[in-house]
Amino acid sequence: MQIEMHNIYKAFGQNKVLEGVHFSLEAGEIHALMGENGAGKSTLMNILTGLHKQDQGTIKINSTETSFKDSKEAEESGMAFIRQELNIWPEMTVLENLFIGREMSNPFGVLKNKQMKACAKEIFKTLNISLPFDKEAGLCSVGEQQMIEIAKALMTDAEVIIMDEPTAALTDREIEKLFEVMKGLTNKGVSLVYISHRMEEIFAICDRITVMRDGKTVDTKRIADTNFDEVVQKMVGRELEDRFPHREANPGDIVLDVKGLTKKGLFEDIHFAVRQGEIVGVAGLMGAGRTEIMRALFGVDQIDSGEITIEGKKVSIRKPTDAVRHGLAFITENRKEEGLILDFSVRENIGLPNLKSFAPSGIVKTEDEINFAEMMIKRLHVKTSSAETIIGNLSGGNQQKVVIAKWIGTSPKVLIMDEPTRGIDVGAKREIYELMNELTERGIAVIMVSSELPEIMGMSDRILVVHEGEIAGELLKQEATQEKIMALATGGN
Amino acid sequence: MKLEATGKSGIWQKFGPLLALVLLFIVITVLNPSFMEPNNILNLLRQTSINALIAFGMTFIILTGGIDLSVGSILALSSALMAGMMVSGLDPILAILVGILLGAIMGVINGILVSKGKMAPFIVTLATMTIFRGLTLVYTDGKPITGIGDSEMFQMLGRGYFLGLPVPAVVMVIAFFILWFLLHKTSFGRKTYAIGGNERASRISGIKVDRVKVAIYGLAGTMAAIAGAILTSRLNSAQPTAGQSYEMDAIAAVVLGGTSLSGGKGRLFGTLVGVLIIGTLNNGMNLLGVSSFYQQVVKGAVILIAVLLDRKKS
Ligand SMILES: Nc1ncnc2c1ncn2[C@@H]1O[C@H](COP(=O)(O)OP(=O)(O)OP(=O)(O)O)[C@@H](O)[C@H]1O
Ligand SMILES: [Mg+2]
Repeated sequence: MQIEMHNIYKAFGQNKVLEGVHFSLEAGEIHALMGENGAGKSTLMNILTGLHKQDQGTIKINSTETSFKDSKEAEESGMAFIRQELNIWPEMTVLENLFIGREMSNPFGVLKNKQMKACAKEIFKTLNISLPFDKEAGLCSVGEQQMIEIAKALMTDAEVIIMDEPTAALTDREIEKLFEVMKGLTNKGVSLVYISHRMEEIFAICDRITVMRDGKTVDTKRIADTNFDEVVQKMVGRELEDRFPHREANPGDIVLDVKGLTKKGLFEDIHFAVRQGEIVGVAGLMGAGRTEIMRALFGVDQIDSGEITIEGKKVSIRKPTDAVRHGLAFITENRKEEGLILDFSVRENIGLPNLKSFAPSGIVKTEDEINFAEMMIKRLHVKTSSAETIIGNLSGGNQQKVVIAKWIGTSPKVLIMDEPTRGIDVGAKREIYELMNELTERGIAVIMVSSELPEIMGMSDRILVVHEGEIAGELLKQEATQEKIMALATGGN
Repeated sequence: MKLEATGKSGIWQKFGPLLALVLLFIVITVLNPSFMEPNNILNLLRQTSINALIAFGMTFIILTGGIDLSVGSILALSSALMAGMMVSGLDPILAILVGILLGAIMGVINGILVSKGKMAPFIVTLATMTIFRGLTLVYTDGKPITGIGDSEMFQMLGRGYFLGLPVPAVVMVIAFFILWFLLHKTSFGRKTYAIGGNERASRISGIKVDRVKVAIYGLAGTMAAIAGAILTSRLNSAQPTAGQSYEMDAIAAVVLGGTSLSGGKGRLFGTLVGVLIIGTLNNGMNLLGVSSFYQQVVKGAVILIAVLLDRKKS
């Protein structure tokens, strides 16, 4: 299938999102679509697949002008879209999720469960997924949910597959497998649109790249004819400094001490300590138990045994409010569901955990709140028409920035960040790293769970590597290499 | 993969209501052994059948995250129309079929207002509840419609026996199996759960959400009208106040059966058990001579306890 999008315009109310975008896709190519958060990538693909209608411009498929009535019609003509925000039905099983909207049934609508199972088994094998079909999808990790979405798209035999940040929640092993599958697809003539903020991936797998900035196409080039720096420069419209800011660690006393933390079947005998002003990176493969450890530490899940000490005092954390009372803060990996109130404005979301300081007497001092929100919007380059915009209307990456902003305003003793820069563009990533530096200078300890090795190595003072629910090893910044971390993360081979 | 601790909640959800029903049976039998007599059990089944039919339809609606307050009024209006047609000499079978069709149409109207009109189901059905009741009063002039003839077929529907079972109970069982199949074995059922679980994602996945909703409200209307036909036959007349507050018993049964009011979660078997719990409570308390005032208090308390237990598990 060959696609040509010409001079596309789109506005949501007053907000002009696309202003003359050109995009083309050849059969059998992998085409990268890059741009800062809010550049309009997801919107462009939503238009291509019939969810939104463009205000102006034409879409040609195999040289005939086309416009899909809705996403179903786009799907029927051979397009699959793995969306940035996961579309998961938490109460339904993995198998049910795989077939929602395209159940296999006889003419009377009676479901053919056996056939669906066989079909799912096959696709899980190709993707190397080992998830029980009858598990409730809501109990799957974000990474697993992402794999469900990928499997769903690959099952449709589509000629065009659009992937909007499919790897954000995956670790290297899954990504490798996915890339293999993608290459296989292109050999069969399938075209892929690949949206990602991970530069390494783009250069590893894509044939062409289109860069967007502020709703316009900046350039389209063959990957072979461009390089990392040129792409970044086109994305942000200026030269960017180093990816990681300089960091000088001044660890103080031990603030958090964890001993023998155990939850049967998930993790066992977890020992570690964190000092004031220190950044401790937590690395490991998807499903190794990193998120589970943090959730238990924060009281979201109950532990079976173990001891938590904060500033020398033994504490009991049974629910998140206990954790907050003892000075912990937690930025979860599952931001959309756990991090934001989608009907609130940007300001209200940022203000929520800080109400105590903005409203000591119970009356919200909006002046302070506004100032703080605007400062954060500026620093993290949150692309929003104003602080009063409803957060559900922001692009995926910009929503993530708001979650970070929200918690950074509080002054915890220990800040736990689970995948802090997932889905965030290069420019804003650096801002977040700088904020982390500022926090540690104020004596706050940061625990950073991340699947991006460069980030782990670039920012941590110390690195804990988790393997199958146990801490497989600890590395100091100076001694850490990609190989050493991966060796520990995979169990030493 | 790692194990998840879901076992306990799953078991309560599956068997909790059933356990409560069995317990209730035992307690009432101990207090008054005549409860277990075959005659009383058959009587119980007949009494519960009307609530069951309504509650089955209600289950679908609640699974999508909606609610239907108008079912009692639909029952009354379709009952009055059926009786009216019979009085004017129409063949009873035909009158019943037309009446059921009209009930379906009333449900479809609810569905269209909810989906295309984008109004909250609570508000829409609160309004149509009043409208349909009002139309019933207008049509019947506020008086019962009697003299609907003595067709044997029609009499059977509410009062007859089939293989020793009351016909209404037979209708209930047949309806249960058909709807159970529809909900748990067909793509329509799958879509019902999908809409309740995540409506936005369902739309994006190409499910025709509006169409499914219209069909589901239509189904609830149909079930209410079938219940209306049975009631008309049982009373041999159409009462303008028939079905009042039946929606509450139906909602209570669905909730007792473990279906979540926010949608996406629940089973039709649970509703059947919920209906039987309410029916057993009514029947048992009558047998025990509990005053009807106290009965209400007990029923309300049982609902609260059930929901509370359901909460506890999560
Ligand atoms: N439904 C909507 N209503 C109003 N504004 C919207 C809507 N959808 C998107 N926008 C705005 O359009 C702009 C582009 O959003 P889009 O989601 O396309 O960005 P993106 O390039 O995909 O960014 P990211 O990398 O963060 O995913 C954003 O500024 C966003 O606020
Ligand atoms: Mg996007």
